[in-house]
Amino acid sequence: MKKCCLLLIILCGMFSCQTDDLNTKDESQNPETPGEGEPDTSASVKGFYLLNEGNMSMNKASLDFMDYETGEYNRNVFSEANPNLVGGLGDVGNDLGIYGSKLYVVVNASNKVEVLQAETGERLKQIDIDNPRYLTFYKGKAYLSTYLGAIGDPSAPNGIVAEIDTTSLEITRRVEVGRQPEELLAYNDKIYVANSGGYSPPDYETTISVIDINNFTETKQIEVAKNLHRLNIDSEGDLYVTSRGDYYEIPSKLFVIDTEKEKVKKSFDIGVSDFTIHKDIAYMYSTEFSYISGDYTITYSMLDTQTETFLDKTFIAENYRKLIEMPYGIAVHPETDDVFITDAKDYVTPGNLYCFTPQGELKWSVETGDIPAHIAFKY
Amino acid sequence: MRKYLKYITILSFSGLLLCSTLLVGQERDTISPIELQEVLLSHHKNDYESHNSPSPVQAISGEKLEKLNTLNVADALRYFSGIQLKDYGGVGGIKTVNVRSMGSQHTGIFYDGIQLGNAQNGQVDLGKFSLENMEKVSLYQGQRTAMLQSAKSYASANTIYLKTKTPEFSVAKNYKISAGIRTSSFGLFNPSLSINYKINDAISARVSTEMVKADGKYKFQYSNGVYDTTATRNNADIISYRLEASVHGKHKNRDTWKVKYYHYDSERGLPGAIVANRFNRPQRLWDRGDFIQADYKHEFGDKYTIKIRGKYGENFSRYLDPEIVTTKGLLDNKYDQQEYYLSLVHSYKIKPYWTLSFATDFQHNAMQANLYRFAYPKRNSLLNVLASNLDFDWFNLQVSLLSTGIYESVKYYEAADDFQEYSPSLLFNVQPFASPNFRIRGFYKNIFRMPTFNDLYYTFVGNTFLAPEYSDQINLGFSWQKDQGNTFFNITSDIYKIWITDKIVAVPGTNLFRWTMLNLGEVETNGVETNITNSGKIGTSFNYTAILTYTFQESLDVTPRGNSYGQQIPYIPKHSGSLSLMTNYKNLNLNYSFIYTGERYSQKTNIPSNYLQPWYTHDISTNYSLRFLKNPLKVGVELNNVLDQQYAVIKNFPMPGRSFRVNLNYEF
Repeated sequence: MKKCCLLLIILCGMFSCQTDDLNTKDESQNPETPGEGEPDTSASVKGFYLLNEGNMSMNKASLDFMDYETGEYNRNVFSEANPNLVGGLGDVGNDLGIYGSKLYVVVNASNKVEVLQAETGERLKQIDIDNPRYLTFYKGKAYLSTYLGAIGDPSAPNGIVAEIDTTSLEITRRVEVGRQPEELLAYNDKIYVANSGGYSPPDYETTISVIDINNFTETKQIEVAKNLHRLNIDSEGDLYVTSRGDYYEIPSKLFVIDTEKEKVKKSFDIGVSDFTIHKDIAYMYSTEFSYISGDYTITYSMLDTQTETFLDKTFIAENYRKLIEMPYGIAVHPETDDVFITDAKDYVTPGNLYCFTPQGELKWSVETGDIPAHIAFKY
Repeated sequence: MRKYLKYITILSFSGLLLCSTLLVGQERDTISPIELQEVLLSHHKNDYESHNSPSPVQAISGEKLEKLNTLNVADALRYFSGIQLKDYGGVGGIKTVNVRSMGSQHTGIFYDGIQLGNAQNGQVDLGKFSLENMEKVSLYQGQRTAMLQSAKSYASANTIYLKTKTPEFSVAKNYKISAGIRTSSFGLFNPSLSINYKINDAISARVSTEMVKADGKYKFQYSNGVYDTTATRNNADIISYRLEASVHGKHKNRDTWKVKYYHYDSERGLPGAIVANRFNRPQRLWDRGDFIQADYKHEFGDKYTIKIRGKYGENFSRYLDPEIVTTKGLLDNKYDQQEYYLSLVHSYKIKPYWTLSFATDFQHNAMQANLYRFAYPKRNSLLNVLASNLDFDWFNLQVSLLSTGIYESVKYYEAADDFQEYSPSLLFNVQPFASPNFRIRGFYKNIFRMPTFNDLYYTFVGNTFLAPEYSDQINLGFSWQKDQGNTFFNITSDIYKIWITDKIVAVPGTNLFRWTMLNLGEVETNGVETNITNSGKIGTSFNYTAILTYTFQESLDVTPRGNSYGQQIPYIPKHSGSLSLMTNYKNLNLNYSFIYTGERYSQKTNIPSNYLQPWYTHDISTNYSLRFLKNPLKVGVELNNVLDQQYAVIKNFPMPGRSFRVNLNYEF
């Protein structure tokens, strides 16, 4: 028995070694074949980045890149380009955007914004900032919303908008807005930011903060509805903002705001999870959960932003809709009008990206990282 | 059976058994002849139970508990087969068990025969229960088959029994005091004191108290193969106090009774996940529990016995998150729970070999919290069980039927529907040959776990339409033992199959902030567990015990239309095991243990980015007993994770590397 034990110990020592760390280099996927049909040298969109959020605490945010020049879709391009950065891209990717030659990635639970070279994905700088959410660009600056201005101060529940100089990559100015601000955009030397107040249910925020860029102060709050989230602008200067309600009695809605009068001009009794405006059409999807059936109702709709009326057509043909388990992000190709929908599935497995033609037919699909969510086109 | 043995043999030869643990338990004591005898007795009792029980039993008791490198109950359970410990690392890290991949809510944890409940989340932090006051830790698959058990004992898929120390005295003394102190890496300061007092021949009392204080800091390595950095685990401090007091009575007129008070209070930091750019977190947790429990047994002649048990318990916890600032200040959640429990068991011996038992339990749980839209739920549970135990020398059959009624009410919003279910079980143990050294055992059990208050009522997440999560288990195994005077050899092995249906899982609602609970998952587990024990004596003063355990588990997600159909569920290794070796020469003990957990995945999909490395730790310890002022003084030194392996049980929660512990104990 003793010899037997000894033998086992030796064997254990031999066999139980850890494998070398697996380098998670993925195979490229080839959704598009370049050169088919007319050569696309005139196209100015060279590709797009897709940000996968990853589940909180898993540190699994990742960046994918679709290269139209080669037709290849590559995953984990951040780790590929920056293998030696401690912890990688980080925990919960929340937004991304390209401005000039730089790609900005907002990593919420890692308290940072990564600034990368859009061409190579290599890091230029990490900007440390607590609890960042969304960003937008305007006249050489990036504007970033963050849930709180100061962490740990019980008397400071408000969020801020921070201004980042896109040349020096330093935070130049900050302004306090409402509680837990979400999406924001800049128009006519003003920043509009949707406040949510999500940390204090049922005391949600109901306003959009208006910031004057010149003196960087909050000049007004436009009263809209509870728990605002998504924010886009159409070609006529009308803001479209979604309100999430209180998840119980107050339903989610969509509002249109006139930026001249800074007042709500129209509202729709429809829940919108996310949307994007392209060529005067708002492409929207909505996921509503029913406690009675224990199932989701997913709808895809289109709205004409000039007439402000819903079209009685949609952008995904009926037979493809069941492919998508949990739509989580939407984008429209600026040139080809192809519609991209990301599918987060059950949020804990790798998702999918679907590309639909303007006619609503499935063009291709690829597997992404966990919780694919945000897309930025590269020119 | 032969086929099964062959399977095991093949497994072991193909190198799969390797990563097992050999745990060597030394049962003999050299200090006093009286103690020695007691220890031997309890040893044989353990062996008898594990050999003859219809349900697989594993136990560690008495001296062995002291000698293993263990601080709390969770540490001790690592040496059992079929168990995965969920350990977030460090002295204050929360530790729960997952037995046979069923999920921690399927395990019932009993403290001196009465269940430790947590109606809020169904989980008991085993890191909280110190071994300082523990006599025995046992794990029963299926259920314990003793008669006179409460109905609750039948209501879990498997059970862990924690038996605390009872007052004991040396001859001609009516008191015994034991004082100890422990210190270690992580800035641990852990003094303890227990006092036993004999009031008269029938009644005795015991008080046991301790404090645990640690800064919880340790260095860990953070690496992906390219980058490699070392950091310190922060906000992992803990301070806790425990006080237990009990009075035990045993009267000549066949009455035995016990009353126990338990108090625990703690404050700790929650170090959180290690993610890029974020190695420090400010969240804090306070946890306070008090309960008083009592039991009373009376024998009416030789045939009829009753046992009454009762308990009242309170639990308070507070979670403070300075990273979330609300209109009312920092996020500061407070939770209160109360539990009332009463149980009455009748046991009647119809024939010398046939006993019937009827148990009725009533339990009331209530919970309050300062959460938005909190329902203030209350739950009344009524459990009745009828069990029959047919017990011959060569054959033991136990059949039971449990009836569970659950009645819920809430102050606000909607309550879950009332619920009634019948749950059968059948267990047997048979000696197929003339020799009593070989016995076969098996069981079938169908049981469920109720949705917890969090599952049902937690703001935004809870779903009152939830059904219970069901489990079906089939187990078949054997135990073979051989006592050759100077050496004792025992091998037990079980194969099992478990189906979990209507598994309660969190699924996303309309966005990441709104997850909801649904009965969605299905899991099918095939497993093999093997324990091999060898103990013996060489010469007059050298003793040894060696224990090897090995577990194979294939736990597949078989949720219809699921995204991970046919893949191994998260955090369940296919192979795991342990090896312990305990040796004793005169007053000196030397112990070694090795624990191995194979590769696992941190999420549902078995892909490289979810892969977790196998881990294995080597621990050594030595104890020396000497006489100081005629009383025993014990000194112990432990070195844990000797090879300083960097590992994580839970992804992004690094575990400590090499650490030491020193303890000193004096009895008088």
